[in-house]
Amino acid sequence: MSALTEPVAVPTKRAMRRAENTPKGPKESPLSRVGAMTVMLVFTLYFLIPIWWLFVAGTKSSSQFTSTNPLWFADFNLFANIGNLIAYRDGVFLKWMLNSALYAGAGALLATLFAAMCGYALAKYRFPGRELLFNIVLGGVLVPATALALPLFLIFSQVSLTNTFWAVFLPSLVSPFGVYLTRIFASASVPDELIEAARLDGAGEVRTFFTVSVKLMFPALVTVFLFQFVAIWNNFFLPLIMLRDETLFPVTLGLYAWNSQVNQIPELRGYVLIGALLSIIPLIILFLLLQRFWRNGLGAGSVK
Amino acid sequence: MRITKRAATVALLTAATVAMTGCSASGTSSDSADAAACEPAEGKVDLTFTSWIPGIEEVVDVWNEANPDIQVAVQTGPNGNGGTYANFFNQLEAGNAPDLGQIEYDALPNFRVQDGLVNLASCDGVMDAKADFVDWTWGQVSFNEDDAVYAIPQDSGPMAMFYRADLFEANGIAIPTTWEEYATAAEQVRATGAYITNFSQSDINQFAGLVWQAGGTWFGNDGENWNVDLTGDESIMVADYWQDLIDRDLVSTQPPWTTEWDNAYNTGAAWTWNSAAWGANSIASGAPDTAGKWAVAQSPQWEAGDEASGNWGGSSTAVFTGSEHPYEAAQFALWLNSSSESLTMLNEAANLYPAAKAGLDLPVLKEGVEFYGNQPIYDEFAAASGQVSSDFVWGPTMTQTYNDVSDGFKAAVSGNGTLAEALTTGQSATVDALKAQSIPVKE
Repeated sequence: MSALTEPVAVPTKRAMRRAENTPKGPKESPLSRVGAMTVMLVFTLYFLIPIWWLFVAGTKSSSQFTSTNPLWFADFNLFANIGNLIAYRDGVFLKWMLNSALYAGAGALLATLFAAMCGYALAKYRFPGRELLFNIVLGGVLVPATALALPLFLIFSQVSLTNTFWAVFLPSLVSPFGVYLTRIFASASVPDELIEAARLDGAGEVRTFFTVSVKLMFPALVTVFLFQFVAIWNNFFLPLIMLRDETLFPVTLGLYAWNSQVNQIPELRGYVLIGALLSIIPLIILFLLLQRFWRNGLGAGSVK
Repeated sequence: MRITKRAATVALLTAATVAMTGCSASGTSSDSADAAACEPAEGKVDLTFTSWIPGIEEVVDVWNEANPDIQVAVQTGPNGNGGTYANFFNQLEAGNAPDLGQIEYDALPNFRVQDGLVNLASCDGVMDAKADFVDWTWGQVSFNEDDAVYAIPQDSGPMAMFYRADLFEANGIAIPTTWEEYATAAEQVRATGAYITNFSQSDINQFAGLVWQAGGTWFGNDGENWNVDLTGDESIMVADYWQDLIDRDLVSTQPPWTTEWDNAYNTGAAWTWNSAAWGANSIASGAPDTAGKWAVAQSPQWEAGDEASGNWGGSSTAVFTGSEHPYEAAQFALWLNSSSESLTMLNEAANLYPAAKAGLDLPVLKEGVEFYGNQPIYDEFAAASGQVSSDFVWGPTMTQTYNDVSDGFKAAVSGNGTLAEALTTGQSATVDALKAQSIPVKE
């Protein structure tokens, strides 16, 4: 199925690009071009310098950290630092990374599935209260997750689920934005005729969904997955409120806890730096792998 | 707290409508615990304990080994103001607070006014332990009430003066013993191009320590009403003193705990630091190139010949309302904070400076410290600890007070207003905050 969609999508984009480059379009003065490039360059630096600083800081020993140029290397201690970090307190940092991967990976996967099913149902089935339901979900997009953390804590307290894996995992499965995006995408990219055809061929609704519709909705699903993965990976407030047991911490909360103890245990500062550096690597990898789908998905959602 | 409470109400209503469970949270978060109920339980008891001291697990393991009938599960997280206090309040609201928790002295009144702490006075052995702790630390946990102990003191931060012995000597400047001499020395140090110290615009508890040393106090409680006094004579005297040094550019005003700040100490651009016992490690790690060049002396005094010190930081182990085993919890807290075994381990793991008298004589605290030219610096802090007044009282909204005063201090060091004005602003903001929380306060 993806073979079907791509030839449609790619030529359009190419055509657009061609249109930009041909002299027929509105003429662009070199000045505005330089201006645009400058603005972009400034912003690129603005976003990359902190990461560069983090990388450089990660390679320094703690004594050279304060005494040498913050944006250039001193003695290269990156691997020694990583080794120390992993050895510290029996590798609790690795445990945190695994926790984060589990919360974010499994959470985003299930959240995407639920959002896809919900969005698809809202787009393709007619039933009373459909618009109301959709509007309520849309309202959910407006409520920041931070505002829900405390009520969630009190509810989870009632069922004695605080300070468990589920306290962070279950709330991560909900993605109102994902429902919104998949609904829009499903109504645009899954033709009713195709579903009819599948039904005529004897496929049940569930089977139609998984074998036909999911494939058509794939770019949107990747987008939802990425959004949700990043949101869970960076989620800090919910774990902060829910978790007490260090072995359940995601990496954000663990590093934060260390950072708050720097005054007492100064060597933690180095661990926080190198830990922060390591903790962004999974996100970078994920983005590099999935960015192709991501761009498709974003474009599709916004145009329709 | 008002927002928190409202959010809590909404959440509870939601929970009730969803009918997730029959039992209501308000049933378990009981009123101020009955002091008479501190009796040993029969059989094995499991306790939970939340702290943010890295490495405290090993200390608790030692206890668990020796006390099979009182098993403690410890959990660590961010420091108090970094989220753990907020969590404690949430948990008290939800009725699932741990049995024990670490609370700094300046946060204890906040928990006290919210009825979050168990009065341990009737627990066996607690009142007898009073003599084992440095007097002022006991004052901090009993709020100087009779028959009241709301926590067991854990560590303390008696203040003294860290100084660059080599630079003072090389430049022929005498080590100041009074604040007047300190100001004179500041001029001499400035003449060499350096600063005598950095005035911290955001460590308001350090400033409070200086006021504490001067004999002032910021709060009082007569049993009914709180009294807020950020602008007492001593506070204004201390504020004016530092304002003068700032005005004459004799102290630097970098934000503390930054790399620039570390660097100033590391490169000899700042010569002294009026700080607490736990600060010894901060210098050693922040200014590694100056190893062996530092020394510690008693804080400069307001009157020549006085012997007074302030305190900066320190925490306690409290038992939360709702704990079913306050007796066992108190026994554990006493052991944790007064047995030399535990205190030694806590000092090695996290540089805690003990609040227990016996702790001040621990062998590890008698040794010379290499970074300080092998001076046994903790002797100075032990002496300082004995000179800290018991009268200083913290208020119930210290986070707010710190923020308001700090805003004023930040403005003052950049030339807008003065430190004394910042205290005046902090005073009225604090009174307003207390009123907003319906805490009785004297105008």
